[in-house]
Amino acid sequence: MRTGAQCVIDGLRDAGVDTLFGIPGGVVLDIFAAMYHSPLKFILTRHEQGATHMADGYARATGRVGCCLVTSGPGATNTVTGLATASMDGVPLVCITGQVMSSMIGNDAFQEADTMGITRAVTKHNYLVKSADDLPRIIAEAFYIASTGKPGPVVIDLPKDVQRAATAAVFDGKVNIRGYKPAVEGHPRQIVKLARAINRAKRPLLYAGGGAVAGDAAAELTALARKAAIPVTTTLMGLGAFPETDPLALRMLGMHGTVAANHAVSACDLLISIGARFDDRVTGKISEFAPRALKAHVDIDPSAIDKNVAADIPVVGHVKHVLRGLLDLVEPVERREWLAQVSDWQKTYPLTYDRNSAELLPQYVIEQIYEVTGGDAVIVTDVGQHQMWAAHFFKYTRPRTFLSSGGLGTMGYGLPAAIGAQAGLGSGRTVVTISGDGSIQMNFQELVVAVEHKLPVKAVILNNGHLGMVRQWQEMFYNREYSGSVLSQPGGAPYLPDFVKLAEAHGALGLRVTSRQQVAPALRKAIETDRPAVVECVVKPNENVYPMVPPGASLTEMIHSLA
Amino acid sequence: MKHVITALVENQPGVLARIVGLISGRGFNIESLNVAPTHDPTVSRMTMTVPGDDRVLEQVTKQLNKLVDVIKVTDLTKRRYLNRELVLVEVAAPAGKRAEIAELAELFEGKVVAVQARSLTVQMVGEQERIEDFLRLLKPFRVLALSRSGVIAVARADEAPAGSNAK
Ligand SMILES: Cc1ncc(C[n+]2csc(CCOP(=O)(O)OP(=O)(O)O)c2C)c(N)n1
Repeated sequence: MRTGAQCVIDGLRDAGVDTLFGIPGGVVLDIFAAMYHSPLKFILTRHEQGATHMADGYARATGRVGCCLVTSGPGATNTVTGLATASMDGVPLVCITGQVMSSMIGNDAFQEADTMGITRAVTKHNYLVKSADDLPRIIAEAFYIASTGKPGPVVIDLPKDVQRAATAAVFDGKVNIRGYKPAVEGHPRQIVKLARAINRAKRPLLYAGGGAVAGDAAAELTALARKAAIPVTTTLMGLGAFPETDPLALRMLGMHGTVAANHAVSACDLLISIGARFDDRVTGKISEFAPRALKAHVDIDPSAIDKNVAADIPVVGHVKHVLRGLLDLVEPVERREWLAQVSDWQKTYPLTYDRNSAELLPQYVIEQIYEVTGGDAVIVTDVGQHQMWAAHFFKYTRPRTFLSSGGLGTMGYGLPAAIGAQAGLGSGRTVVTISGDGSIQMNFQELVVAVEHKLPVKAVILNNGHLGMVRQWQEMFYNREYSGSVLSQPGGAPYLPDFVKLAEAHGALGLRVTSRQQVAPALRKAIETDRPAVVECVVKPNENVYPMVPPGASLTEMIHSLA
Repeated sequence: MKHVITALVENQPGVLARIVGLISGRGFNIESLNVAPTHDPTVSRMTMTVPGDDRVLEQVTKQLNKLVDVIKVTDLTKRRYLNRELVLVEVAAPAGKRAEIAELAELFEGKVVAVQARSLTVQMVGEQERIEDFLRLLKPFRVLALSRSGVIAVARADEAPAGSNAK
């Protein structure tokens, strides 16, 4: 016989979990007691939101399921943003939440929350466990659901009495859920149809999203693009699925996409979407998106197809399998004219900024991060202008090296996700979070966790004194009235907060740079130390991200400057 | 257009909330809803009527299919299917009108199931359209209370798509 709590610990072990992020509380003490005698590594975070983002960063960086453990009530409600972030971006998580005694549920007991109701819309699936006998099966199912199909977060809500109950139940079978059978193999007829369309196309374009990364299909994508001479554009989530140093790489498309990518979308005659979902930040005005193209959509999630854009050639299946099938069927060609056109756009309209500026520009800092790390780093971002510059001025060549909250756009994601990534990858890898002075303050407290566990993450703060992306929209579309977007009031204390002192107070190395010359040495110092480090870069307060497609406009209507 | 969607789902707590949440979260109104176990007691059948645009409802159907507890979803609207609804309706019935109401009920194969001092309660079972017809004709008599079961439906086993000439 085992207790429910022991079943949890055994189930996690059987699922291959090595690290758990979370915070204890009254109704999960039995699980913590069982964990005390297990080899599981528990990372005590300072906020449950931090725990979910750490588990998320761990999962995105390693491809394994991220795991967290929190208490009932406020512990559970604090996970909501992290679950929603993971849900939007298809990140596999299992989150165990404690619940009050079964007999008290619904009585407004101390620290009771309707976790099932609250998390229903932000999870792929959730369970309220009624009996310890079900627990071994439910844990196995939760990991299976989280990691197969389009991955996503699963919550297991576990009342205290179920943790304490004894059971003889074991689960050693294969998971079999009759309502959940994700398709894997793409339909052969559809694959042949798509291969024919590729062979016939004059101006094909691959458009790769987060699914290409999550589906571990970067190698197949690259092989297909090279064999059939197809340029590749990626979404923010798809960065790293195709090496950006390759001449076929058009880099990111959409609202802050490159001119080459957005022009190619508008000009192509075949658009092949690989694990992307035609998000509004990508398509701009949907009726004018890829207007000349036959649209093929490869996705493991049938509900992604025809959601925003009608697909002419839908292929439901795992992107890796489908790409392998295509690779056998496409003919090697040169497509000289199309590639010349594309390369002309690339040369004429590179991503750029004022390289002669006397002020320290944020783009320069990112380029220096690329230089100093030799491009070999895992970059984790927050949300805002710095996120876009991190996408533009660092070149991603491998999957799982750019981690960002794409779908939900969660400020506060970066630092904890970087800590989780470092925990998953080990301290040998360089993990850099690029953040803004706004975002970093949302979960700064988690820096302590990095220090405590010797996870040497490097946080680069591009301090522009503003909620920069909001300021940019106000400058461009709201009469330059900076309502609620100023973080450092003119004439106020020069550094509020003082990030260097804040870093030091958390036990990390703190550095500040205010000029170009200081950037590379400071970055080197931060990367060389085996401690976590914070590098605050005081940058020009009103630099904008370009190009920009105004919201709701067509991708060809790019703004390049306000002048 | 009104869609009749039927789903086989796990007979478990929380499943109904998940399905209803998914539909209402997208701003659709479920006009009628019926749930009960099937011949397999671990499986329930839900039948819903949801008015809405075809393309959007196709998306909703796909999203429903994605739910782990949902075994199978079918939008019956484009297929051959059988549907029935049960209504209980209480109609004001002064002495002079009773015969007339009873006669109308009989025409629709309905049945007077309760007789009160000033009213009659009629039960009727039938296809949705016939129910609507019946209720329209009852209207002039002043309906005092109406309870409808919501439509239940099953696809025809011989699966010929609507409009086809298959025998
Ligand atoms: C949790 C959360 N709240 C609000 C927003 C809206 N928002 C998007 S970008 C942004 C500004 C981000 O500022 P900062 O982190 O300083 O980055 P910058 O744009 O200056 O690089 C805000 C407030 C958000 N994305 N997430």
